[in-house]
Amino acid sequence: MATTFQKISLLAGFSIVLGLSPNLSAQTPEQLEFFESRIRPVLVQHCYKCHSAEARKADKLKGGLVLDDRVGMRRGGESGPVFVPGDDKNSLLLSALRHEDLEMPPKGKLSDPVIKDFSRWIKMGAPDPRDGKEVIATTIDLEKGRQFWSFQPVKKPAVPRSKDPAWSRSGIDQFIARQLRQEGLKPVDLATPESLVRRLYFDLVGLPPSPEELVNWAVKLKGAKRDVALGELVDSLLDSPGYGERWGRHWLDVARYAESNGNSRNALFPHAWRYRDYVIDAFNADTPYNDFLVEQVAGDLLPHDGVEQHNKHLVATGFLALASKPVIKGKSGGFIPDIAADQIGVTSRAILGLTVACARCHDHKFDPIPTTDYYGLAGIFASSQTLYGGGGNNMGGAPATGLHVLVEDDPAAMKAYEQWKSQVAQLNGRIKTINDEIKKLRPKRVKGKPAPKLTEEQKMQLAKMNRQRQQLVAQLKKLRANSVDPPGSAMGIRESGKIVEVPVYIRGETPKGEPVSRRLISVVAGESGELFSTGQSGRLELANWLASDDNPLTSRVMVNRLWQHLFGTGLVRTPDNFGVNGERPSHPELLDYLAAEFVEDGWSIKRMIRRLVMTRVYQSSGDFDDRNYENDPDNVYLWRQARRRLEAEPIRDAILAVSGTLELDRPEGSVVSSHGNKLIQDALTPDKIHQPSNHRSIYLPILRNGLPEVLSVFDLADPSLVVGHRTVTTVPSQDLFMMNSPFVVEKSREFAQRLLKASDDEKERVRFAFQLALSRLPTSTEIGEALQFIRESGESLAEEGANEDLELQTWSGFCQALFVSNEFRHVQ
Amino acid sequence: MCTSHLVSRRQMLHSTSLGFGMLALSGLSAEQQAESGGHLSSRQPHFKARAKRVIFMCMRGAPAQVDTFDYKPRDRKVITTDATPMAKGKYGGKGPAGSVVPFSQHGKSGLWIADSMPHLAEHADELCLINSMYTDLPNHPQSYLMLHTGDFRFARPSIGAWTLYGLGTENQDLPGFISINAETRVGGAQNYGCAFLPAVYQGTPIGYVGADISKAGISNVTNSHLPARVQRQQLDLVQAMNRRLLKEQRVDTDLEGAIASLELGQRMQESVGDVLDVSKESAETLERYNVGKTVSTGRCRDDDFGRQCLWARRLAEAGVRYIEVCHSNWDQHGNHVAEINANCRAIDKPIAALIQDLKDRDMLKDTLIVWGGEFGRTPLAEGKKGSGHNNRGFTFWMAGGGSRGGTAHGSTDESGAVAVTDKVHTHDLHATMLHLLGLDHEKLTYRYAGRDFRLTDVYGSVVKGLIA
Repeated sequence: MATTFQKISLLAGFSIVLGLSPNLSAQTPEQLEFFESRIRPVLVQHCYKCHSAEARKADKLKGGLVLDDRVGMRRGGESGPVFVPGDDKNSLLLSALRHEDLEMPPKGKLSDPVIKDFSRWIKMGAPDPRDGKEVIATTIDLEKGRQFWSFQPVKKPAVPRSKDPAWSRSGIDQFIARQLRQEGLKPVDLATPESLVRRLYFDLVGLPPSPEELVNWAVKLKGAKRDVALGELVDSLLDSPGYGERWGRHWLDVARYAESNGNSRNALFPHAWRYRDYVIDAFNADTPYNDFLVEQVAGDLLPHDGVEQHNKHLVATGFLALASKPVIKGKSGGFIPDIAADQIGVTSRAILGLTVACARCHDHKFDPIPTTDYYGLAGIFASSQTLYGGGGNNMGGAPATGLHVLVEDDPAAMKAYEQWKSQVAQLNGRIKTINDEIKKLRPKRVKGKPAPKLTEEQKMQLAKMNRQRQQLVAQLKKLRANSVDPPGSAMGIRESGKIVEVPVYIRGETPKGEPVSRRLISVVAGESGELFSTGQSGRLELANWLASDDNPLTSRVMVNRLWQHLFGTGLVRTPDNFGVNGERPSHPELLDYLAAEFVEDGWSIKRMIRRLVMTRVYQSSGDFDDRNYENDPDNVYLWRQARRRLEAEPIRDAILAVSGTLELDRPEGSVVSSHGNKLIQDALTPDKIHQPSNHRSIYLPILRNGLPEVLSVFDLADPSLVVGHRTVTTVPSQDLFMMNSPFVVEKSREFAQRLLKASDDEKERVRFAFQLALSRLPTSTEIGEALQFIRESGESLAEEGANEDLELQTWSGFCQALFVSNEFRHVQ
Repeated sequence: MCTSHLVSRRQMLHSTSLGFGMLALSGLSAEQQAESGGHLSSRQPHFKARAKRVIFMCMRGAPAQVDTFDYKPRDRKVITTDATPMAKGKYGGKGPAGSVVPFSQHGKSGLWIADSMPHLAEHADELCLINSMYTDLPNHPQSYLMLHTGDFRFARPSIGAWTLYGLGTENQDLPGFISINAETRVGGAQNYGCAFLPAVYQGTPIGYVGADISKAGISNVTNSHLPARVQRQQLDLVQAMNRRLLKEQRVDTDLEGAIASLELGQRMQESVGDVLDVSKESAETLERYNVGKTVSTGRCRDDDFGRQCLWARRLAEAGVRYIEVCHSNWDQHGNHVAEINANCRAIDKPIAALIQDLKDRDMLKDTLIVWGGEFGRTPLAEGKKGSGHNNRGFTFWMAGGGSRGGTAHGSTDESGAVAVTDKVHTHDLHATMLHLLGLDHEKLTYRYAGRDFRLTDVYGSVVKGLIA
């Protein structure tokens, strides 16, 4: 049962998309959308209880004011009209919301942004689609649906004229500058060279600069050819392998990448790492984004110029096989639909920013996506065979499937596989022999005669053999449960060789009616059925459509993701939802400008990132400004660069880098592989699989229901879910991890050893430590505090009878303090 | 009824990168708010709550209802497989159906309880038996997740995470949701995970099924590398840096939150150690809870369940919102009678002691105890000595926290196999638990992937008959 709020927003969703409300010619869709998303929910939630027809019926109407229809809202209550459309200066409604004389809602003042929304709404003329009776649409009107902003074709807008040429560095800046001017905001100064270098290192490669790099680049950035030097710095970072390890991880978040199944049978995925490496390589090679998508959705169907490329394409399709699969046991027909649901979900949300999976049980409640679209897509995946391997080859798990077999040369893995195979064959042979013997031993029945009796000796012999047989069968079962795959296996998808079209399933589970012909998402693609006449599953057609220059969503969604990783939030703040329920862009024209440039520039991600970081707005400092803060506390219009908490991976990688123990080379495969197809449970708990490692965090085993603690404590998202924007929390478990975990304690000690080796001079050590950990020099106060800590903690330790190397202990304590500090976890 | 705090918290998550931002609007300094917890600050429920906290006693493996709390006398008539084919369950069964262990009536209410739990029976009038539970599937993996998250197909937040999201916690110095003796199978950490809810709401495990519970603790709360005063000196150095940074930033609610959070961490370090240290409990108390006694069965180690119950009491007293304890040996496919009796012995005294202690502290009235497993068992024997899986009828019970004591709600058929009157689905149980906590299960929603999710999906109704 939907809540009242849900029901209303459901209606709201339809009326905006479908334009069902009456006489709205004067009101633009944007305005109505504003009402639906910002005004109506607040009214429903905070006002209707005392100000609605319902309240009147219950004799609970207050002040004679009805707010649940347009007429009542305009007419006002006992004190007269509560606002005049267009006039945001004199409004009883606004003053009550501000708790100036009347205090509404009485329970507590609404937040300032909400009150501001009401003020804006009144100023724009109080657009209001309500006519007192609300109509539920029974069918979705695609023509109307297409009017929604994100389904409209991308149109490249003209760059606004620059009014401050000295400020703007690019067209992007001019869009930003225009909006800042309109909002009366003044951008802050440029960031200092040191903090800009730190920001670029973390944003582009996810590591801190070394002290030499820091000094070297900061000097260049202070020179006359600042912008040239900046370009060189950016290029050198984009060209380093660290770039793919940083940005590949962002993609793995939306690809719900993991190395085990999760759910209730948590089997390992020993080959998932190949997909991870593929993603890293694709980013480093700057594979055009459109090609990157086609490879992941239909790599197996692409032409190739040799074994290496073919292998790469097959591995890419791992994207469609990495889902957390439910247990099949006890459910009829549930499994294949659930796999397709994941594939539709991940493809539509990661690539299109649409929640198509909502249309599995009913027409989408907010977006113009009918159930038939969903099942049209399901047919494409049902005509394919998902290859996730033997990972589920355990009691109750997902049924085992094959894997892509890559052409590869790995003698050790081949030996392990051959051994396993021969063990299975041997056991099978022994079972067969014993079966034969048992058969021989059993007395032959001759028709018409009573069964001959066995002697006691024979009986015992038979029982013994049966026991032996049982033992062998149990051994075989165990061996099978811990199967070894042939080397060079990869998860992925291939053609099933049979076209299966799927009927609509009631509530997503029970098939009903005629099969739906395969199709794309109609509101964007229009009539597309004719595409699917090639005799193939249709994945290639789907992939090409997703990646086409004309798809209005693909490019917008991706540039928004890139923007978000460099500015903290996207231009659309719901990166995985560009539908009606998502947010609207803060800078719609800029978003389209970027999307158009992205496509024109051959879908190059590296060049788009370069373009974004070379802007003036990216290079702003994080300085505070009273006036700006008052008008735009959330920095929506980017008057400064947001101070950002680093994600889990760069925090851990920085600890390794600063302690001097980071190993930059890529590890071979994943430690998960060494456990084969086992289940995570009992003896094989996640902490048995996680091993100490000095490699970059992207290479740690990503186990569902068993993430590495160092990553989960800093908000690595649940890898069963598509997560384009990780939540950031500040909780004591993070501080406890930094203060007490064996990992941080050990790295602090190694950091200290590095300092002690570097210099005998205490001040010099403190300076070096600050440069390493915080990318800046300490102030004299900070040096003083540090030395005081060294002295005092040394005294305390001596009093407590510390028997270890006192110098190392005190410096370790200081180094750990830098790790615990808030500044270490942030870029400014 | 409005749920302003929920929506504003969601808005807060969207509008600021960290959780403390929104609270700045209310005029308090962020440090004060972080002291009271930000995301985790204790907050008003949707309506007046009967229970402030939950202790969920998870009986992993699926306890046999007819040999614990759903008495089906065999002497009336012998019910066989042919009479009630449903009673065969998933693994088949044969022979007479009904309770194989002796039962007696207890308390003013006269509830029937197996004789193997004499201490618990003394509290019969506090128990609200739900004899008519049913769930979707007779398989452990799915049903265990269903019991904990309301879904077995997709990763969804645990009921403990939902509770914490709805109510926050009363004691910032301890985690608000703790799962003691957590399962590693059947969904493992997903059973106390937060899925799409912010990480703050996920459960903190103490120990795992199969490991020695007396040695379990919470990770990283122990400082074993520095003397306490040196760690304090270290923190002072850090906080000096943090405060200076805050001064430079002028306004930074996130940083204020971080400064407070560091102090909280320091306090948590002390609190967790204290609350889990049962050595100061009297010998009499330890005896009542069976701590130090060998009452072990299957994957449960010595001492196991009593210590869990004692911890649960101490955590409840300390203000932890949702506590789960686990006894993991209820899957009696063989040796049914012996094992079920041993299990009942293992849980009997500790639960009775917990109820008594809560009563003595006047805490039973607002502590909701919930007892049960992922489903029940067939009343007919599987093979010679075992019993099979049965999702069509089983028993849960509640005590305290506004539940209706001394009641048996609903019933199974005469064999004890199938719930027939006043049936209660897992979703209904969840809706009722949230209701007792003052939360409307239809309004406790979170926006993810374009829609509002809730614990009960599109199902569930509050069962009025369970409420006092």
